Amino acid sequence: MQEEQKSSGSTQELLTFTLGGEEYGLDILKVQEIRGYDAVTAIANTPEFIRGVINLRGIIVPIVDMRIKFNLGHAEYNELTVVIILNVAGRVIGMVVDGVSDVISLSADQVKPAPEFGSAIDTKYVMGLGTVDDRMLILVDIEKLMTSRDMELVESVSE
Amino acid sequence: MTIDMSQFYQVFFDETAEHLAQMESLLVGLDISSPNLDDLNAIFRAAHSIKGGSGTFGFTDMTEVTHILENLLDRLRKEEIPLRDEMVDAFLQAGDILKAQLDAHQNGGDVDPETIREVCERLKRLAVGESAPASPPTSPESAALELPGSSQHFEITYTPDAATATDPDRLNNLYAELGRLGQLEIIDTAGAEKKLRLATTADENEIRDIFSFIAEPDQFGIVGEVAQAPSSTTEEDDGYGFFTDDLPAVEEADPGYGFFAPMDEIQAQKEEQQGYGFFDEPPAPEPAAKVEPKPETTPPAAAKYGRRENDKVGTVASTAESSIRVSVEKVDQLINLVGELVITQAMLAQTASKVDPVVFEQLLDGMGQLERNTRDLQESVMSIRMMPISFVFSRFPRVVRELANKLNKQVELKTLGEGTELDKGLIEKLADPLTHLIRNSLDHGIEEPEQRISQGKDPKGTITLSAAHQGGNIVIEVSDDGAGLNREKILAKAAEKGLPVADNISDQDVWQLIFAPGFSTAAVVTDVSGRGVGMDVVKRNIHEMGGRVEIGSALGVGTRMTIRLPLTLAILDGMSIGVGNEVYILPLTFIVESLQPAAADIKTVAGQGRVVQVRGEYLPLIALHQVFNITPKISEPHNGILVLLETEGKKIALFVDELLGQHQVVIKSMESNYRKVPGVSGATIMGDGKVALILDIGALVHIAQS
Repeated sequence: MQEEQKSSGSTQELLTFTLGGEEYGLDILKVQEIRGYDAVTAIANTPEFIRGVINLRGIIVPIVDMRIKFNLGHAEYNELTVVIILNVAGRVIGMVVDGVSDVISLSADQVKPAPEFGSAIDTKYVMGLGTVDDRMLILVDIEKLMTSRDMELVESVSE
Repeated sequence: MTIDMSQFYQVFFDETAEHLAQMESLLVGLDISSPNLDDLNAIFRAAHSIKGGSGTFGFTDMTEVTHILENLLDRLRKEEIPLRDEMVDAFLQAGDILKAQLDAHQNGGDVDPETIREVCERLKRLAVGESAPASPPTSPESAALELPGSSQHFEITYTPDAATATDPDRLNNLYAELGRLGQLEIIDTAGAEKKLRLATTADENEIRDIFSFIAEPDQFGIVGEVAQAPSSTTEEDDGYGFFTDDLPAVEEADPGYGFFAPMDEIQAQKEEQQGYGFFDEPPAPEPAAKVEPKPETTPPAAAKYGRRENDKVGTVASTAESSIRVSVEKVDQLINLVGELVITQAMLAQTASKVDPVVFEQLLDGMGQLERNTRDLQESVMSIRMMPISFVFSRFPRVVRELANKLNKQVELKTLGEGTELDKGLIEKLADPLTHLIRNSLDHGIEEPEQRISQGKDPKGTITLSAAHQGGNIVIEVSDDGAGLNREKILAKAAEKGLPVADNISDQDVWQLIFAPGFSTAAVVTDVSGRGVGMDVVKRNIHEMGGRVEIGSALGVGTRMTIRLPLTLAILDGMSIGVGNEVYILPLTFIVESLQPAAADIKTVAGQGRVVQVRGEYLPLIALHQVFNITPKISEPHNGILVLLETEGKKIALFVDELLGQHQVVIKSMESNYRKVPGVSGATIMGDGKVALILDIGALVHIAQS
C-alpha cells in the first residue's frame, strides 16, 4: 500500500486519534462512525482489553480498548470517552481511544517507513510514520491489526 | 453490446431446482397402472421448462438430458406406450443427473459422463423399447449425445428446379439459411439432386419452412437420423429391431444412390476424430443389467405406490403462481429491523410506564396501540421465513420407495401435517436427521413381509411421518409399525460397549442409549445402515437446532421418534436471570424448574464439587458467577435461586442471584462481528437496549462434567 502511494504520489485521508501521548492515523475509509462510550456487556474469560459487546442499532459489536491493549494512557470511562466504530474485514468493531483529533490528508512523500518500535506495538501493523507540521503520526494498518491473533477478535486470523 | 446472461443464472438455478422437485414429487406419486394424464403433462411441462431454460443459458449438457427425457415423456403422455415402474426409476435417475448438472453449473465441478450416458441410454431404450413402428421424434437421442448442441441429424435431398439450379446465389442462400439452423455439410451437389446433411436442434418443420420459400414439397426430401445408422448395431443387440426396420424403408425411398455406405463411413470417421468413441463400445449390456433386478419387485411396487391422497402437488403449483422470489438477506434484514422496532417499543413502554397515567392518557393509549401493532408486524415478518414442512417431506416418498425395493420390504409412507410451517433455516437442517430416522425405521423397524405375516401383521408396513404445532414448538414424528426396539439387545450391546448401565434402568433411558456414538443393534451392517451417520449425529443435529428427540417403542408394535423443535431459529423463549450486574438469558426449553434450596440440601464432594439434593437426586451444582468470573450479589446457594436445567438426559442445577422474567428474545449472532464465546450461544438485546448473552446450556453441562 505504501509503495503504491509513493509511485502514484496520491494522498490518503486519515483519521487521527491519540493514545497516551502518541498520535495515530488510520484509513478513514475503515471508519464507520464515532460515538461515545456506552454501557458494555462484559464477556467472561476474555482478555482485559476486550471490554465486551454493545448493541449498535441491533448488531452486536465487540469493543476493544486500545489504551489497555497498548498499555498507554489511562483507561477511564466518562462521557468524553470516544469509541471509533470500524468496519474492517466485513466486521464491525468498536475501538476505544483517548481522543479523536481530526481528519488529515497525507501525501505519499510525507510518509516514512517505520523503524523498529520495541515491544509497545508490533511494526507489522505499522504502515509508516507520517509527518504533519511538527507532529508525528503512526499510521496503523487497522485491518491487519484488528484481525491479528493478538487482538483475539476473530477466530480465523489473517496471519 | 452483449447482455451478461450470468445475472439471470440464479433465477434459472432456482426455477430449475423447483421444476426438478416438482417432477420428482409427481413421479413418486404416479399410479403406475393408470397414470393420471394431468400429472404426466405436468411432468412433461417441467422437463420442457428445464430444457428451454438450459438451452437459453447455454447449459447444453442439461438440454441434452432433458431432451431425451422429454421424448419418453411425450410418448407416455400421448399414451403411445404404457408407463412402467422402471420408467419412473429412470426418470428419477435422470432427475438426479439434472440436479447434479445444475449443481455443477452453479457451484462448479463435474458430473460423471459415464453416469449421464448410462441414464440416457436407459431412457432411450425405454422410449424405443416397445415401439417397433418408431416415429421420428423418438429416436434422435444418440445424436444429441454425440454432438453437443445438436440433437438431430437430417439427410436432405433436394432437386432444384431449372431456374434455381443455374443460379448459384439462390443455392448459396439456401445453404446459408440451413447453416443457420445448425451444422450443414454439403455431401454432393454435382448431380441434379443435391445431397445435404444437417446436424441441428431444429425439427424437420423448420427445415421444411426454409425450403418452402424456393421449392415445392416434391422437390426435396428430409430424412431424420440416418446418420445414426452405426448406433443401430447397439440397438440390434437389444433386439428391438428399431433401426433395421427403419433403414430399408429409407433406402427404398431413395434407391440406387449408394448413399448410406459412405455416410456410415463418414460418420464413423468423424466420430473417431472427435474421440467420442461412443458407438464403438457396446453400452447396451450394462444399463440392461441395471434394469434387470427390478422385474420381480415391480408388480408389488406398482401396487404399493398408489397416488397418495393429498393435494400437495396442487398446492405447490398454486403457491408458485402467487408468490415472489425474495433473497434471504432481504428477509433477514427486515426481521432485524422489526426486532429493533420491538426493542425500541419495549424501551418506550418502560419509560412511559413511569409517567402519570391521568396526565398522559393519550400517550399511554398510543403506546398500547404501538405494542399491538409491533407484535402483529413481528409475527407477519417472521412468517415470511416460514415454509410448509412439505418441502422436506416431499423427498421421502422417493427415499422410502427406493429403499423398500432394495431391502425387499413392503412399506407405505403416510405423511400428515405437511402444511405445518416452520422456519426455512430449520427446514434445511431437518432433512438429514429425518432421512436417517426414516432409513432406520425401514431398515431396522419394518420387518420382512414373511416375518410380518407370521406375526399376524399386514405384510405391508407403514411408516408415518407427521408434523404438528404444539404450543411454541413444532413436533415431528417418525413412527413405524415394525418390530420395535429390543430392550435386551440394546442392553447387551451397551454392556459390550462398556456403557455404564444400571440394572433397573427405565425403558426411556434404554432407548436413549441408541444415541450413543457408534451404537448399532443391527445384526448385519447393510449398505443402508452402514453409512457412518449414526443416531448420535441425528441427536446432535437436532440439538444444534435447539430441539430434542424422544423415543417411544414397544416390542413387536413399533417405534416412534419424536422431534421437538422451536418454531424458528431467530426467536427464542428465554428466562432472564441476574448474576451480579449482569443479565443472562436461559433458553426456556432447557429449564425444568427453579427452586430455592435449603442449606442442608447442598453437599460437597471431595471438598470441591458441590451437589444439591432435589427429591432424592443429587445434581451437580454450578455457580454461574464462578463460570463467568463475576462478582455475585449472593454467594450462598440457599440465598439465591437454583435453576434446574436438563439437556441430553443430564441434569444440572445452575446457581444464580435472581430470576428476572420470561421473554421472547431475538437471537443475534456473536460470531458475525466477534468470535465464538465459550458457554454462550448468542446474544440478544433487552428492553433497555443493553446486550444480554444467551447461555449455551450444553456447554454449561459440559463444564459441570469436566
